[in-house]
Amino acid sequence: MGSFFDKILGREKKSANQAKERLKLVLIHDRTDLSPGSLDMMKDELIAVISRYVQIDSSAVTIGIEHNGREQRLVADIPLKPAGRRRRS
Amino acid sequence: MAKVVTVTSGKGGVGKTTATANVAMALAATGEKVVCIDADIGLRNLDVILGLENRIVFDLVDVVEGRCRLKQAMIRDKRLPELYLIPAAQTRDKTAVSPSDMVRLCDELDTECDWVLIDSPAGIERGFRNAVAPANFVIVITNPEVSAVRDADRIIGLIEAEEKGPAHLIINRIKPELVKRGDMLSIEDVLELLAVELLGVVPEDEKVLMGGNRGAPVALEERSLAGQAFRNIARRLKGEEIPYLDLMNSGGFIGRITKLLRPGGR
Repeated sequence: MGSFFDKILGREKKSANQAKERLKLVLIHDRTDLSPGSLDMMKDELIAVISRYVQIDSSAVTIGIEHNGREQRLVADIPLKPAGRRRRS
Repeated sequence: MAKVVTVTSGKGGVGKTTATANVAMALAATGEKVVCIDADIGLRNLDVILGLENRIVFDLVDVVEGRCRLKQAMIRDKRLPELYLIPAAQTRDKTAVSPSDMVRLCDELDTECDWVLIDSPAGIERGFRNAVAPANFVIVITNPEVSAVRDADRIIGLIEAEEKGPAHLIINRIKPELVKRGDMLSIEDVLELLAVELLGVVPEDEKVLMGGNRGAPVALEERSLAGQAFRNIARRLKGEEIPYLDLMNSGGFIGRITKLLRPGGR
């Protein structure tokens, strides 16, 4: 995503760059049939499930689709909170 | 024996028929025996682009429905005697032919020729499935425009789902001056977005339109840049390693392309 900001800052006026950035997002959703809305719902449910087992920093959870070539994967980053003194299973 | 190559795109108007006609001509000009099939039933055009429209007696549906033998529907080109066309029916629709009909037809052509080139209709429905069913090599053609690239991505996914992949890409009608100005997606951009192998890049060239007007595809025109691009594509299909045309006139261009072609991109 670093290059995304470079482009925004550097060459924002060029229509080809806009085309590319817009297409990147459109293609991710075309390929997976997963809408941004249902991705958000899934994120909330995941937070609820994981919180039952371990304390997490729910405000910092990110979930997104990454791709390598035409292969796509769902990547979640879930920061854990430091373990407290009490610990229950 | 025959290699069955289907040219498809998802979106209409990106140059499927033009590419089919030109690649077929370029292959036939090198002595290969080529049979083109127009799979766009109801909206046929490969006949006019090849300049063979006045010689149609039987068509694809006549063959499938048993009204004629396969050879009777094969129109022989007079310029290149190794080039044949099986035209589409004009007064029927896509359902007149099934994917298994197409497979059977291509099985019959297997010993007749070196190449079968199938011009697919636009869309992702029956006509597309008919065109792709017998293929052992699929070419996806796109333009450097958002709608064409999006549809190409969709069709590439469907080709993979049909286990006909990996698809091979032709980027058609690129305008180097617009790319330089930053107002057209570059070859690198399109390859990064679609993540498929590049088969060729064809520049915008008014000679393509003129060739269509005359029914004489530019592949045989020595001086046409698009013609050269199509001849190169034909040679790559035959397995030769041909460098991409240096459309941007900058030294690093070909190097960048080769880099992008490696698995994993950059």
